[in-house]
Parts: sequence; C-alpha cells; structure tokens
Amino acid sequence: MEKFTVLTGVAAPLPMINVDTDMIIPKQFLKTIKRTGLGKNLFDEMRYDDTGAEIPGFVLNQAAWRNATILVAGDNFGCGSSREHAPWALLDFGIRCIIAPSFADIFYNNCFKNGILPIKLPQEQVDALMDDAQRGANATVTVDLEKQTIQGPDGGTIAFEVDPFRKHCLLNGLDDIGLTLQKADKIKAFEAKQQREEPWLATPGAMA
Amino acid sequence: MAQARTLFDKIWDSHLVDVQEDGTCLLYIDRHMVHEVTSPQAFEGLATSGRKVAHPERTLALADHNVPTTDRSVGITDPESRTQVEALEANVKAFGVPYFGMDDIRQGIVHIVGPEQGFTLPGMTIVCGDSHTATHGAFGSLAFGIGTSEVEHVLATQTLVQAPAKNMLVHVNGALGKGVTAKDLVLHICGVLGTAGGTGYVIEYAGDAVRALSMEGRMTVCNMTIEAGARAGLIAPDQTTFDYLAGRPLAPKGAAWEAAITYWKTLKTDDGAHFDRVIEIDAASIEPTVTWGTSPEDVAPISATVPNPADARDEGKATAMQRSLDYMDLKAGQPLEGVPVDVVFIGSCTNGRIEDLRAAASIAKGRKVADGVQALVVPGSGLVKEQAEAEGLDEIFKAAGFEWREPGCSMCLAMNADKLKPGQRSASTSNRNFEGRQGRGGRTHLVGPEMAAAAAVTGHLTDVRKLT
Ligand code: SF4
Repeated sequence: MEKFTVLTGVAAPLPMINVDTDMIIPKQFLKTIKRTGLGKNLFDEMRYDDTGAEIPGFVLNQAAWRNATILVAGDNFGCGSSREHAPWALLDFGIRCIIAPSFADIFYNNCFKNGILPIKLPQEQVDALMDDAQRGANATVTVDLEKQTIQGPDGGTIAFEVDPFRKHCLLNGLDDIGLTLQKADKIKAFEAKQQREEPWLATPGAMA
Repeated sequence: MAQARTLFDKIWDSHLVDVQEDGTCLLYIDRHMVHEVTSPQAFEGLATSGRKVAHPERTLALADHNVPTTDRSVGITDPESRTQVEALEANVKAFGVPYFGMDDIRQGIVHIVGPEQGFTLPGMTIVCGDSHTATHGAFGSLAFGIGTSEVEHVLATQTLVQAPAKNMLVHVNGALGKGVTAKDLVLHICGVLGTAGGTGYVIEYAGDAVRALSMEGRMTVCNMTIEAGARAGLIAPDQTTFDYLAGRPLAPKGAAWEAAITYWKTLKTDDGAHFDRVIEIDAASIEPTVTWGTSPEDVAPISATVPNPADARDEGKATAMQRSLDYMDLKAGQPLEGVPVDVVFIGSCTNGRIEDLRAAASIAKGRKVADGVQALVVPGSGLVKEQAEAEGLDEIFKAAGFEWREPGCSMCLAMNADKLKPGQRSASTSNRNFEGRQGRGGRTHLVGPEMAAAAAVTGHLTDVRKLT
C-alpha cells in the first residue's frame, strides 16, 4: 500500500448527496479480476454518454479538474454495495483523499485499506471547501495527515479527526495482514478456547 | 451481577481475540463465504505474498453473480463473466476451499445457501465480500459485508480488524396486516431510518411482529438492513430458528446439537441492556409498500401517490427526489397503483427462498401474466428450485406465463444476461433500486413477492390485497 503523508492537489467538487457505489463504478466494470485499470470508468454513467463520448458538464471531464487528486462531496458518500472496486477506481483515477460530511461505513473502511484518506467534516466546512474546489486548478488544497490539517487555497487551515491506528497504517503504508499475523499466538489461543466451549463451530458437518 | 448486554455485545465479546489500546478489536470470524466477484483480487494478494487460507473448512465458495439463469450446459457465454467464474474455480482448487460448482444442486446465492446448508448458525461471526451478508443475522449471528482487502485478511488469518458498532433496537409492535409481508416491513423501516440512518449501528429487530416471522421472513428483514446503512441486523434465535436448522447438512448433530441449543438459548439481549437508539414501529400501520425513487428509502404505501419534492425535508433531498422522479419518469401526485410495468423479477437473496416462491405462486395461480409483460422467477438456489418443483410451483408459474429459471443473482444486479433495457420499468423483489442497478436506464420498483406477482398479472403496480 502506498504511504499517505502530505497531499497537495486540485480538489474536484461533487455537490451531490448519497453518491452510491453504482455511480462510482457501475457493475459492468466489476468483472475484472485485477485491482488496476478502473480509473477510466470512474463515475462512468455520469462521465460518458451512451456512445462513450465524454459528457462535457461533468466535473472530471473539465480541464481544470482532470488531474484532481481530492474529491469534495455531499453527505453519505459511498453508500450501497461493499465493492472495493469503488476505492480502486478512485485511486486508479488518482484520487487519494475524499472530503464529505459523512461516509457509508464499508466504503469508509475500504478507503483506508487502499491508501485513500476519507475525511469527515461538518457541513459548513465542506461547503467552504466545495466553494474553493469550484475554482479548479487555481485553487490547490494541501492535506497533511501527520498534522491532521487541510490547508485551503487562501491559506485557511481546517483540522480533521482520524483514528490513530488507521493514521499510523496510512502514514507508514502498513499492510493489515502482516500486523495481524504478528498476533498468531493470540489467535491460536482463541481457537483452542472455542474448540473447548463451542466445539460445533470449528468443524462444520462434512462437506462433500 | 454482570452488566446487562445486548445480543450484539454478547456475540462481539465472545469473538474478541485482541483489543488494542485505541479500542480497535481483532475479531475471530467463524464462517466466511466467498463469491466470484469480490474474491479474485484477494486470492491474488494471498498468492503474491505466499500466504495460505488459514481455515478452508470455515470457508465456503460459490459462483452466483455471473451465472446464467438459462440452460447451463452451454457454459457462460460472456467472456468476462466466464473469466471471473473460472478464476474462482482455479482459486478454490489452489487454496483447497470447499466449493459448490455451477452444476451442483446446492449452488445458489451465497446468502440463501449458507442458511440452507446450516453453514450459518446462531451466535457466529459471519462475513462475505458482499453487503447483503446482513441476511445471516436472522439467525442471531453477527453477519456483515466486507471489502476485498478484508476478504484477503479473513482468508489469511480467520480474523478481522474492527471497531465496535453502536446498538440500535428496532422494535416492531403488534401484527402485520393481511397481505403485508416481511418485505413491506423492511421497506417501511428503510423509509423510517433513511439510507444513512443505520450508519455505525448494528440493528437488533425485536417485538411481536418480528417473533411472528418465519426464518425466511426474518432473512428478508435482515437482508435489507444494509439499505438503511447499518452493516448488520440481527434477531435473537428462538424455536423458529432451531426448527429451521435441525437436520441441515452442516448443522451440528447429536450431543453437539444439544450443547449448541443450550448455548443458543442464552443468545438474547439482557433486560435493561443499553441501546444507543430505539425505534418503535407499529406493524398494523404498514401497508403493502413500494419504492417510487432510486434509493431504498424512497418508499410509500401502494395506496399513496408519488411524493412531491417541494415537501422534502431539505434542499439536498428535494434535488435528489426530483432527480429520482425524472429518472423514474414519474410525476408528483400520481397514484402509485396503476403505474405500468414491463418486467417483473421474482428472486434475489431478499426474496428468492421457497416461502417467497410459494407466496408469489399463490397470486399467480389461475391467472395470466399481462400482455407485454416479461415475468421471471429465479429461485435462490438449486435446492429451492428442486423444492418448488416438488410442490408444483414451477407448473403454476409456467401456466401463468412466467419464465422459470436456474438459480443465481440474475436481475437483482444484472451482471449476467438478465437486464432491463433503457426505459423499461420493473416490479422487483430485489433490494436496490439505484439508477441502472437492473440495467442501464432501467427503472426499478422494489416490492414483495406477492406484490410482484400482482404486478405481473395486472400489468401495473397493484395493491395485492385486491387480488386475494
Ligand atoms: S441477489 Fe442481489 S443483493 Fe443478493 S447477493 Fe446477489 S446481487 Fe447481491
């Protein structure tokens, strides 16, 4: 996983609530068996018309935001399915940070596992950043994970909260599985206890 | 005396492997279901890092999302769908994971097969790379959907890193009226909570109306918990649960069964346990319910009219509503009853179980699918299909002009060949009415199985109570 330390980039405004995972990456692109290459189909149905041509009005099709690395969006971002293709598509496009008043749980978790930083902020602060984002390429935003700050184009600084453990993993690009396998003894001890107390759990009936 | 705990607290506590200083928990996972869409990248990760599947015997793999529901002897024609299923088949072989193949009678939708086989049991932690894993909570297990990185984590370690959720109680008092089903109940709950109302919570469903539900009905309710934003919904196990599980192939037998029952009887919320939020619902106030928009919270009784965005609680919601109505080609104030449909889909992990098919067949019996309507019945598993055929339900459906298909997810998400065409409108027993969910430009009205059958035979959204 790529580390996330300080990110400076263009923020794209997406002032919609309930942006669901079907909008982020429609299901016809879930058939891949790889993690990469989904960026071109990010927001596919909002981004392209039936012939596959770009819809000029969509934010990521406009010159100012083509290289956006930050997304500013409305309430309940990422609701819907658990598909991790949603963060993969965002990441493959180049988005490393999403700022919104709230996120759907699974999506929120999936972001951290893929080196994307989701930031929850009160509505007024999101609104202010949304206004900044409307200014496009002239208005870069800097997100500093170590300091937990967002610096807007006019120098104003907003503080944000992040879970310390997730912050640690993101800052160091740490893989969850490696961390958990360090606890192998505790897992073994748990299994032994469960085997004693609820023996039916460890061995489901024969599966032919 | 020990502190009073909720059912969720009890299951959570009994699966803690480790608690970090910051409160993050390492949770043991009893059962892991795997399907072809969200697993290839997880197996790819294991292979690259030289890791193994820690407990193949606690894992069960199936292909369901991409499988054709028509004649399977020709295999899967779509190359991408075929690639995913083939990748799963190669992975289960390489990693020694139990698998029900496409030609196995036990194949079906993961959330139907788990309970049907007794793979799902009370008090367990169950995960799957699929948000509707919440279904299994009907057995009083803690079941939730995870992402592919987490699938890889569970495969490698049989554990998951999680933060505890908050507790919500949805208490449904009284009894559901005639013609009102578990689906109507959960659609109503989605409307009450909104799609983000459950975020951060695990919901326990309780009350007389919930106790009165069959296991099938309970699964329908828990299944759509995710549509209200909560990752898991659960219902304390009782005699209905035990009766359903007795004799299932993977359920415990003999002395182990007796020991299990003794334990399962302790799986209920203690008196006085704390819930962070409590919602009371009056079952008798619920009518057969349909969705009118493109979010599962956009629900209304069938007797109602399409709501007006001008009445929305805030501007954001008003804009979303107007967008939904435009997409759905509906006008504010238009009666919902009578909206014509082109396609009816009966199936999915929400309503693809035997009881659902019986309910739909009771309406279809002796009637005909309306002219110009295509009606599909897709059983949730091979065993559901077999059972339905043994009861003659297939004949009832076929005589009425419904198509009788092979099991799978089918038009719930249209990853296989079963799709709405742009502009087509469906009455569907599935769980999501998002834009394009059932095919690009398709318009979905979520309903229960009886209501779907009623729409099929009248050609429009209909109050099923008028047909019984
Ligand atoms: S039936 Fe639909 S909701 Fe259920 S697992 Fe399949 S695609 Fe998902």
